[in-house]
Amino acid sequence: MTRTSSLSIWRERLFGTPFTGFVSVVLFVLISWIAIPLIRWAVIDATWVGSTRADCAPGGACWVFIRARFGQFMYGLYPVDQRWRVDIAGILAVLGVLAVVFAPQRFRLKLGLAMLVILPPLGIWLLSGGLGLSYVETREWGGLMLTLFISVYSSLIAIPLGILFALGRQSELRIIRLISVIFIEFWRGVPIIAVIFLASLLLPLILPGGIGIDRLARAVIGLGFVIAAYMAEAVRGGLQALPKGQREAATALGLNYWKATGLIVLPQALRISLPAMTNEFIALIKNTTLVLVVSILDLLGIAQASLADPNWVGMNMEAYAFSGAIYWLICFALSRWSRSLEKKRRL
Amino acid sequence: MTIRILGAAALLAAGASMAQAQQLAPSPTLDAIKARGNLECGVHLGLPGFSFANDKGEWSGLDVDYCKALAAAVLGDANKVKYTPTSVQQRWPILQSGQVDVLSRNSTITFSRNATLGLNFQGINFYEGQTFIVRKSAGVKEAAGLDGASVCVAAGSTEEKNAADWFRERNLKTTITNFQKNDDAIAAYDAGRCDAYTAGVGALAGQRAKLKNPEEHVILTQPISNDPQGPVTRWGDERWQLIVRWVLNGTIAAEMLGVTSKNVDEMKANSKNTEVRRLLGAEGGFGAMMGLSNDWMYNAIKQVGNYGESYERTVGMGSPLKLERGQNQLWTKGGLLFTPPFQ
Amino acid sequence: MAQVLSFINDKRVRDWFYQIALILLLVGLTVFFVRNASENMVKAGIASGFDFLWRTSGIEVPFVLTGYTQSDDILALFWVGVANTMLVTVIAIVLATLLGFAIGIARLSSHWLLSTIAGAYIEFVRNIPLLFFVLFWYFGVIAALPQPRQSIGLFGVAFLNNRGITIPLPDAPGNFRWAALAILVSWLGYWLASAWARRRKDRTGQDAPLLAIGIGLILVVPALAIAWASLATRWDIPVLRGFNYRGGFVVIPEFVALLAALVTYTAGFIAEIVRGGIESVAKGQSEAASALGLRPGRILSLVVIPQALRVMTPPLTNQYLNVLKNSSFGAAIAYPDVVSLFMGSALNNTGQAIEIIAMTLAVYLVIGLAVSALMNWYNARIALVTR
Repeated sequence: MTRTSSLSIWRERLFGTPFTGFVSVVLFVLISWIAIPLIRWAVIDATWVGSTRADCAPGGACWVFIRARFGQFMYGLYPVDQRWRVDIAGILAVLGVLAVVFAPQRFRLKLGLAMLVILPPLGIWLLSGGLGLSYVETREWGGLMLTLFISVYSSLIAIPLGILFALGRQSELRIIRLISVIFIEFWRGVPIIAVIFLASLLLPLILPGGIGIDRLARAVIGLGFVIAAYMAEAVRGGLQALPKGQREAATALGLNYWKATGLIVLPQALRISLPAMTNEFIALIKNTTLVLVVSILDLLGIAQASLADPNWVGMNMEAYAFSGAIYWLICFALSRWSRSLEKKRRL
Repeated sequence: MTIRILGAAALLAAGASMAQAQQLAPSPTLDAIKARGNLECGVHLGLPGFSFANDKGEWSGLDVDYCKALAAAVLGDANKVKYTPTSVQQRWPILQSGQVDVLSRNSTITFSRNATLGLNFQGINFYEGQTFIVRKSAGVKEAAGLDGASVCVAAGSTEEKNAADWFRERNLKTTITNFQKNDDAIAAYDAGRCDAYTAGVGALAGQRAKLKNPEEHVILTQPISNDPQGPVTRWGDERWQLIVRWVLNGTIAAEMLGVTSKNVDEMKANSKNTEVRRLLGAEGGFGAMMGLSNDWMYNAIKQVGNYGESYERTVGMGSPLKLERGQNQLWTKGGLLFTPPFQ
Repeated sequence: MAQVLSFINDKRVRDWFYQIALILLLVGLTVFFVRNASENMVKAGIASGFDFLWRTSGIEVPFVLTGYTQSDDILALFWVGVANTMLVTVIAIVLATLLGFAIGIARLSSHWLLSTIAGAYIEFVRNIPLLFFVLFWYFGVIAALPQPRQSIGLFGVAFLNNRGITIPLPDAPGNFRWAALAILVSWLGYWLASAWARRRKDRTGQDAPLLAIGIGLILVVPALAIAWASLATRWDIPVLRGFNYRGGFVVIPEFVALLAALVTYTAGFIAEIVRGGIESVAKGQSEAASALGLRPGRILSLVVIPQALRVMTPPLTNQYLNVLKNSSFGAAIAYPDVVSLFMGSALNNTGQAIEIIAMTLAVYLVIGLAVSALMNWYNARIALVTR
């Protein structure tokens, strides 16, 4: 009974009128034209087990390659016996975020700030070593781990800086406003590929001779500055959405600028701009792919580098499909989360 | 007369003080290397035979061997090298800004690079000649047959300009497409974007393995240019430049004198040849003159081998590249490889 | 004492104090960085200054609009890059807007399958790095097209193969200059006519036959002008000789691939903007319009779109600026834009990183400011005017 009725709903949806039916048929043809060869390649004709290039069946995807290289896709050249440190750092980060999200409202802010103070240095210590752990240089980092590292640490620079410049742009002080506008518009106006290049070439030049900055740190700083400008615009949206009365009331209660900002304005403004900031974070994850112009091997970089292996020639599609799927999953999940935040706020 | 004697005495004194000053000449690069305990070496992103990291991150190749020999000479351990892979675009800035101590990255010595980039080339470890790889099906036998072809090349390389100049001088029309990396260029060639990919003979021998069907392609034998390549340093720090230069010379001298990684102990103990003895630190105190231990070349040869051994292992008959020695043979055997004497 | 205290506590004094301190800090930092840079450069023996711009470039570029040859100077090379960046940006903006509108409207369509597919496309595109698109289209385009000998001929004058599209080029551009002038005049005529029609409609409420005039002036006149110019000119028609077609002009596959990547990627973002914009127009608006007896097409074009445009213009401007910046991804596939030619080849030949990076950034900032200004002007024109 229900079966026939749901069937009739579908018939109505797809073939309700002659025109609807025509469009449906055209679209079905289009879908099958794209999807059937894709599924055949990725699933039906694909090779899943084996260990070398010779095991791959022609015509289909050779996922053996991904299995052989999986460790590198995740960790780059990070020493195999030390990879547990990366895992722990990742687990800590996830636990930290979950703790903040599920903490009771009263503690949330304090807990969040505490996590921000504790976790980042802990992460750097775990990943790079020292104090009892063996050193692992950043040139050995790579793959998904590096993509996430760059994204997270760039935003650690970008978010505070972005908030400062957003406040600066709203400031009553003309010179501060001007400087903020110039900063924001400059970094928003230039391509990220040029900024990463700029950071890697210029940072060592403008610092006093002898001070070296790690290659990865340079890329993170460069990206951090650009994203700060975008974050600033996201935060500005939240600040503008806030009724002016909020700050006026706070000032009337005798709070000074920083107290009014920190206690009243920012917490509300940030809540409003969280979806926009998440979207900027998604854009940041996608843009980390550009670090390969300075030979830092993030997920896409390691995928490309693995293509140069003479033992695994011709694995382009597999490498790109696999790494692309990972990017997609992460970004899609984040964008869904940002959208649910947005909805919650609107309700 | 008196004046002349006085003058001579003054000159002598000046000479003596200069000699002393030279011995004590500060070398911030060397000090930094010793302090940090490893050598920072700029290498190619991935060029089989010259510098290539396997999937465990272990580097090998002719250019890498030079880094190892240098580390052995300076620090006594060939493994104390940190490699910084560099693209064509990044190599000069990375060296100029002091991020690496030396660049050993199959880079061609040219006048304008030497004159305007603040760089010094310290010798030649590979005589490269630019040529083309084409599909066998195209039926091209020599570079002149590429009239009308599209050519893929890495941007900013000497090959980019060489090829443009070479075809223009001969009034041949070609389209040259410049990629950011060698790997991008060769991938585009493999995909059919270009009729030819151009690079050095040695580089091509290694890169050929990156093609889907290497046997469908042929490397043109006649080079269109002469591209001597060797280790590069930045201007300043003369003592460091001296070390970089003479470690390279030392590996060549060792081959000339018949010193190999296998017989180096025996040669050091028993050789009557004074040049061998000076090279290996048995006499003369040559290492100390540069602020190194007198074992400097002994360590390098013992751990890495002489130039000939390196060549055979990385690009020669003992490697998948199977390159003849050709111009890279010692001058005494009909090649161009040469070193001033260790005297 | 009290006076001093009140002076310190005076908000205006404190504000000025902070601002001056900030300026001093910034100036100090700048001086510090510049001094370090010049010291480091002298020490490293790196040349500085802009003299290198007049050195011979020696670099061959496969896609030139400016008449550059490799014996020209580096400044000419710079302009080739700028022109190529602008070319791909402008065309990508136009095409991405069209595709984006189409997908955005499809997303809102009442046809379930169409709207689902549009939604899937948007979700797919927005969550994948652009670099994947660029590489996909590049190697996809090359793989899909035939070798030169098996070229696809278009009317025997243009040829499509994996080296690009070879199109015929006029021997002398004289007639085309006249045609271009005629086209400009007719477009100006249409603009005047539409302004007149709008005023008349405001006054009398009558519709002018704008569509017919538009077709005539925008399409027919230019088509005639181009047809005349083409027939009256001798053409350099490409012929297959040796490796590829000789003569004519080659639109390289790098251009096509970068364009396709920018268009398909940006369209996903524009579609979302279009959907949001149209949804932001209250439903009552179109219901009211339909109650007034307007046909669905007229509702969309007279009521919904004009209001939606107002919401859409600022985010659209951002997307257009993104297209400009994203055109630098062409460097990954050898499209000779300003990043690849100037920050790549020229930087390598001269080593003057600071000058070259500064000039490259300036290109993006200047073009970006121009696009922003144009869009702001447009935004002001369509903004709600309360009468």
